[in-house]
Amino acid sequence: MSAAREVLLKVDGLRKHFPAKAGLLSRGVKVLAVDGVSFSIHEGETLGLVGESGCGKSTTGKLILRLLDPTEGQIEWRGRRIEQLNRAEMRPVRRELQAVFQDPYASLNPRMRAADIVAEPLRNYESLGAGEVRTRTANLFERVGLRADQLLKYPYEFSGGQRQRIGIARALALRPSLIVCDEPVSALDVSVQAQVINLLMDLQAELNLSYLFVAHDLAVVEHISHRVAVMYLGKIVEIAPKQTIFTQPQHPYTVALLEAVPVPDPTRRKQRRALGGDVPSPIDPPSGCRFHTRCPHVEQRCRREEPPLQEVSPGQWVACHLRQPVA
Amino acid sequence: MTALLHVQDLKTRFFMRDGVIRAVDGVSFSMAAGETLAIVGESGCGKSVTSLSILRLIASPPGRIVGGRILFEGRDLLTLTEDEMRAIRGDAISMIFQEPMTSLNPALTIGWQIAESLVLHRGLSKADAMTKAVEMLHKVRMPEPVRRARQYPHELSGGMRQRVMIAMALACSPRLLLADEPTTALDVTIQAQILELMRELASETGAAIILITHDLGVVAEMAQRVVVMYAGRKVEEAPVEQLFAHPRHPYTSGLLGSMPHLGHSLQDRSVKRLVEIPGMVPSLREEHPGCLFAPRCPNAIARCVQEVPPLAAHGAGHSAACWNPMV
Amino acid sequence: MSPTWQRFRDAFRRHPTAIAGAAVLVAMVLIALLAPWLATSDPQALSPIQRLKHPSSGHWFGTDMLGRDVYSRVIFGSRISLTVGAAVAALSITLGLVIGLVTGFVRWVDATVMRVMDGLMSIPSVLLAIALMALTKASVGNVIVAITLAEVPRVVRLVRSLVLSLREQPYVEAAIATGTRLPLILLRHILPNTLAPLLVQGTYICASAMITEAILSFIGAGTPPNVPSWGNIMAEARSMFQLASYLIFFPGAFLSVTVLAVNMLGDGMRDALDPRLARRM
Repeated sequence: MSAAREVLLKVDGLRKHFPAKAGLLSRGVKVLAVDGVSFSIHEGETLGLVGESGCGKSTTGKLILRLLDPTEGQIEWRGRRIEQLNRAEMRPVRRELQAVFQDPYASLNPRMRAADIVAEPLRNYESLGAGEVRTRTANLFERVGLRADQLLKYPYEFSGGQRQRIGIARALALRPSLIVCDEPVSALDVSVQAQVINLLMDLQAELNLSYLFVAHDLAVVEHISHRVAVMYLGKIVEIAPKQTIFTQPQHPYTVALLEAVPVPDPTRRKQRRALGGDVPSPIDPPSGCRFHTRCPHVEQRCRREEPPLQEVSPGQWVACHLRQPVA
Repeated sequence: MTALLHVQDLKTRFFMRDGVIRAVDGVSFSMAAGETLAIVGESGCGKSVTSLSILRLIASPPGRIVGGRILFEGRDLLTLTEDEMRAIRGDAISMIFQEPMTSLNPALTIGWQIAESLVLHRGLSKADAMTKAVEMLHKVRMPEPVRRARQYPHELSGGMRQRVMIAMALACSPRLLLADEPTTALDVTIQAQILELMRELASETGAAIILITHDLGVVAEMAQRVVVMYAGRKVEEAPVEQLFAHPRHPYTSGLLGSMPHLGHSLQDRSVKRLVEIPGMVPSLREEHPGCLFAPRCPNAIARCVQEVPPLAAHGAGHSAACWNPMV
Repeated sequence: MSPTWQRFRDAFRRHPTAIAGAAVLVAMVLIALLAPWLATSDPQALSPIQRLKHPSSGHWFGTDMLGRDVYSRVIFGSRISLTVGAAVAALSITLGLVIGLVTGFVRWVDATVMRVMDGLMSIPSVLLAIALMALTKASVGNVIVAITLAEVPRVVRLVRSLVLSLREQPYVEAAIATGTRLPLILLRHILPNTLAPLLVQGTYICASAMITEAILSFIGAGTPPNVPSWGNIMAEARSMFQLASYLIFFPGAFLSVTVLAVNMLGDGMRDALDPRLARRM
């Protein structure tokens, strides 16, 4: 099904290393925030990127948007390499690659009116008359479920959910092909989350949009994604179509993650033990398989060798020594 | 069974420059010894203010408890002096908060922070208290408790800090534990550990727990009974299985429907839309006649905007405040 | 209404002192503007017969050692002080803003410029102003330039720290992601969010500049002696202090009250920007 659709974004071996706190004693120590990530996104599909804090999912999103520069690796947009482009060369690419951010309070300039916030991308790229800008801004506003008579208000006059809609309207202004959504509903109340999730899905159907949906809430990710990638300490440990990953997860971390999510059904209370240990630090990751310190199935090999990402069933790739790849 | 806690018609208001906020507007519920009650609702519904009111931790000004009674083991907490309340806090009733970093003193070792309440409430010597503190750390499954007791909060991870908070709260064997969003700030695998710990400790110590959360999954995992709050009022109360199987109040039903849960979208091929509760929470500053949820309610009838519905019984221990409840 | 104006309006309601400060300042500005009509005689007019007379109905603030009417001199003196205060504030804010914006964004400029600024800041601003004045002849213009140069480094440091924190804001990232070019990012996103704290800083600089000007004049390194500034009036009366204390009292009182008014206004504005209050939005 996805073979027929064009590959919009292809990421290969992406790495981002930050120097740890500067100082004489810590020279050379690096935070391996993203350490070898590869995936692709097709037209009209949503790839969910999940993981816990420190796994590097937000950093991956920023690398794709070139808000950060990768230390290593390749990013291809519609077949063209973009990881080395300078600011001017990135501009035409940015039209098609937009973003919605997590914090509905901080992602809008508090001193700009909503209309100007949404119109900014239009003004950056197109030389439209004031009337045309107004019309298109009003249309964008209505498309995301806001009233055009609120265009002249400042962000503080809107609620969190409405602010997020303004952010979405801004992302849509240039008619992009792919939107990187960095935890777009994490800061919202449950009932407002539902509104925004529905909106994003409606827009996808209407405009054939693709999303890279970065989130920590597995239930939300399952609902909105077509394929899901699970990250742990800077690496992808499993990537598979939604149906597969939620019914037949292969990586022990994915299994643990799914087990840990509290299910809103009191008749199905968990009896199993939660995954032990803490999320280790990306400054000094464990040797071999990064998950080995917490894995219930750990073997000697896991401590020494890093497992490669291998296809274990059609479309399902897992990085684990204990899973057999299909021939 | 005599009630451990009996909250009667609690009213807490905040007197601000631009209006009075009716944060808690006539809330009543009871708890028996050893049971776990969840108070669930979205931001601004008054659940946190309710628990702060029980311990009389409302900052005054601008807040004030203006009405009602809080009977704890037969005594009305609202009539006690500040000294008498102080004797209760940390001893008979303790509280754990959402953000462990800001609730822990960064300048004191965690061992001492646990020991402090033992010195204050039990009159133990410093040495004895520190020994007991290490015991508590062991009880909350902190690895290497002796070493950790000498560490400072910033040296611990989020999950560990929350364990310290739990240790502090349980040091004096309280009869009632107020837990305000204790796992919201934690990663999901760590959340699972903490919830498991709380369940085990509750049954070991026999403490009653009021668990405040917005996450219905956590409610299903932990609670025996649930109180649903909306805009400062209680809208439904039920045993947990009843609430999830047969919610009577349209808000509860809407909340349950608007949450994506794992496995939900895998059933059939068609993309499911989440139930949306249209509109926003009403302002708590203004007076609204009738039911506060009416403007957003799919079941609203004429009577709803005129008269506030009383709590009506819908089965054993199950009540809902609605003129036109779900069937 | 723009959130900044809203906050200022709310803060002013809460701070009657700020309103009082603003009122006094407005009064001073009016006095300066209307000086020719408010003065009872020519501030430069000598009248040796009338010298060193105590305050009376004919000369409300008395006369000085050359018989000049102190009241008129003080009234005209307000012009100098307010001009110096306002000009230094405006110039140092503008200059500091431009330099600070650039250093906040361009790393190599940052390194060199901040070392220069640190060097300037290590010299007390009054001494720096004195040293600069020693290099040129006395005039109001030169005084303004000298004090401005002494105040600029602090403004640069303030702007730079604002820019560094604003750069990390999600809405700036969003602007980059939507293709906004760097100059526009500075203009549209960074600059407006620096103006409010700079406005507050400007009031403090104004107060400080007025006092520095008085100090410079007092030691003879400021405005030329024939120009009646409050500092000059006090300077000339140095040796007469015991005989004719009113010569120092009146210009001193005017200076103090004006500086106090400006500071109260600044405090009110600073409270308006207090992030704790901002969070209620």
